[in-house]
Amino acid sequence: MFKEDQLKKVVQEKEKWAEDLSKILCETPERLPRFTTVSDLEIKGLYTPEDIKDIDYSRDIGFPGVYPFIRGVQPSMYRGRLWTMRMFSGLGGPEETNKRFQYLLDHGETGLSIAFHYPTLMGYDSDSPNARGEIGKCGVAIDTLKDMEILFQGIPLNQVTTSMTINPPASILLAMYIVVAEKQGVGQKDIGGTIQNDMLKEFIAQKTFMLPPKPSLRIIVDTIEYCTKEVPRWNTISISGYHIREAGATAVQELAFTLADGIAYVEAAIERGLNVDDFAPRLSFFFDSHIDFFEEIAKFRAARTIWAKIMRERFMAKNPRSWMLRFHTQTAGCSLTAQQPYNNVVRTAYEALAAVLGGTQSLHTNSLDETYAIPTEEAAGIALRTQQILAEETGVGHTIDPLAGSYFVEALTRQIEELAWEYIRKIDEMGGMVAAIERGYPQAEIAEAAYKYQKQIDSGEKVIVGVNKYATEHPPITIWRMKPEIEERQLRRLREVKQTRNNQKVKELLNQIRIASKNGENLMPHLIDAAREYATIQEICDVWREVFGRYTDPGYF
Amino acid sequence: MKLRDCEGVMTPQRKIRILIAKPGLDGHDRGAKVIARGFRDAGFEVIYTGLHQTPEQIVAAAIQEDVDAIGLSSLAGAHDYLFPKVIELLKEKGADDIIVFGGGIVPEEDMPALTQAGVKAIFTPGTPIEEAVKWVRENIKPEK
Repeated sequence: MFKEDQLKKVVQEKEKWAEDLSKILCETPERLPRFTTVSDLEIKGLYTPEDIKDIDYSRDIGFPGVYPFIRGVQPSMYRGRLWTMRMFSGLGGPEETNKRFQYLLDHGETGLSIAFHYPTLMGYDSDSPNARGEIGKCGVAIDTLKDMEILFQGIPLNQVTTSMTINPPASILLAMYIVVAEKQGVGQKDIGGTIQNDMLKEFIAQKTFMLPPKPSLRIIVDTIEYCTKEVPRWNTISISGYHIREAGATAVQELAFTLADGIAYVEAAIERGLNVDDFAPRLSFFFDSHIDFFEEIAKFRAARTIWAKIMRERFMAKNPRSWMLRFHTQTAGCSLTAQQPYNNVVRTAYEALAAVLGGTQSLHTNSLDETYAIPTEEAAGIALRTQQILAEETGVGHTIDPLAGSYFVEALTRQIEELAWEYIRKIDEMGGMVAAIERGYPQAEIAEAAYKYQKQIDSGEKVIVGVNKYATEHPPITIWRMKPEIEERQLRRLREVKQTRNNQKVKELLNQIRIASKNGENLMPHLIDAAREYATIQEICDVWREVFGRYTDPGYF
Repeated sequence: MKLRDCEGVMTPQRKIRILIAKPGLDGHDRGAKVIARGFRDAGFEVIYTGLHQTPEQIVAAAIQEDVDAIGLSSLAGAHDYLFPKVIELLKEKGADDIIVFGGGIVPEEDMPALTQAGVKAIFTPGTPIEEAVKWVRENIKPEK
């Protein structure tokens, strides 16, 4: 990218600069012995053309919307359309969450995202003994279609897209969503959204698992197969790095493990007999945006180029849309502090900025009080405004991939890319992600990284403002509380649904699911039928637990 | 307590044994694992239950493993039910000499009820490992 004699001059001048600097440093040393990212990558004091001397603009940086997409997957990016402001929400029962959805939509969010309570996440109903104490606490209680109908009251599913953070029962929630739309007169071809549906990262990080890996994958491929034909606007999976990062992984690990999961899903779908170009365009991704600003931007850019190369060169996809890594981002929950919670507004803002400079398609911003509880309306409102100020006032979306060409950012992008490829190769050598998970490899890497990071904080090597530096008192804040009446209402509703539905029909449909589970038939049509008749999530999941067995936590630490 | 055997040789004190447990459906195990490791590095004997334990399972494990204390981790809001439930079951089984402490996302306003129920300490976000280790050393004596 630079003429050889120009480069030589730069190298010479840099040597002189470094020499002069070393004299100054004798008197006034640098503030820290090492300057490292949150993930412990060492950062130099200065980057120059020398650091990117081998980069060819057309080959290695290129253009937005063009392979390998470092500059973005869409040709016009935010000039054409802003990222979707999609706030992850769920609290209490469907009534409360519907109210929160309305609030956020009224305040300008442009996509919905559902947080379910733990029983739903784990395939249990609110009346299960396992649900004691958990109802409505960290997401919305959903047991049957009835709850989903209330959840979407007044929300036209042909006008809004919905992302559902749900994994073992993802197919069931999708089935329920399809029926809610059907009852609104909206067909499967017209609904849009995403189910997270990414079980591999459950075993690695988020830990809402239910069935062992193989049957989990089978159900995922069923949804991919079904949606490819019947629900073309649906993102069948949100291959996630967020949870991997939140569990303690470094940026490189987050990137590598996520893409390695992606490889496993593509392989599984191809094994089913699906054509890669038919399903790949509807795979989507989900990354964390942590507090180390440039590391995150470099990570997002590296993600796009690695995936593009995997899809085109490894899987021989021909459709350019198969090569595109489209992603949602959430600002890092684990970077927020309980101490001095208003500082979290600032952290979230910086993290949101990084995500936008990294070219995200969709963004959730955390609320200041999430280290205490589900966000209050007010806190969620501030988080949404954070995105809107970013979009409307800062001008960062006026030009595409503004940091391209930065010696630092391009060098860091490549460094992260190379380190991620090393991990991907290692996992390939183990036989792929499923094999790696079975031997506990990503889990061990994450536990190691988490422990190391905690030691760095405890020693003061890594500073967390308000926690290990500038730790002053702060006044208490008002937080959201779950109410016992909500729990009572949920249990009452569940009882009523079970009494008033056609129980014989439900029994038959559950048996159909049992049969299809055993004989390998695509489960989706059966799930839609069962959802329509108000089968509960647990009733269906119990069938699966019976047929496929359960996965239990190996408890590594 | 140091024991002298028949030759009058001192044997070292038994190590503090702690069960780190994840009650309920909560899958957030980063903190529990970090604490478990930190405790192990500090010289305690640590047993980690893994995820998705019922209070009954935790109490059974604690008794079986003959631990001095249980550390309960909860980040999903169910601490108000689960922590007191563990203590109640320990009492039922006559094992309430086992000290119970906790950690995770526990709002300030929930702490009095937990203390009332018998939870001896709660380590919230930002607690350095060493602080928890120090508390254990000062408050948990290994069983004779």
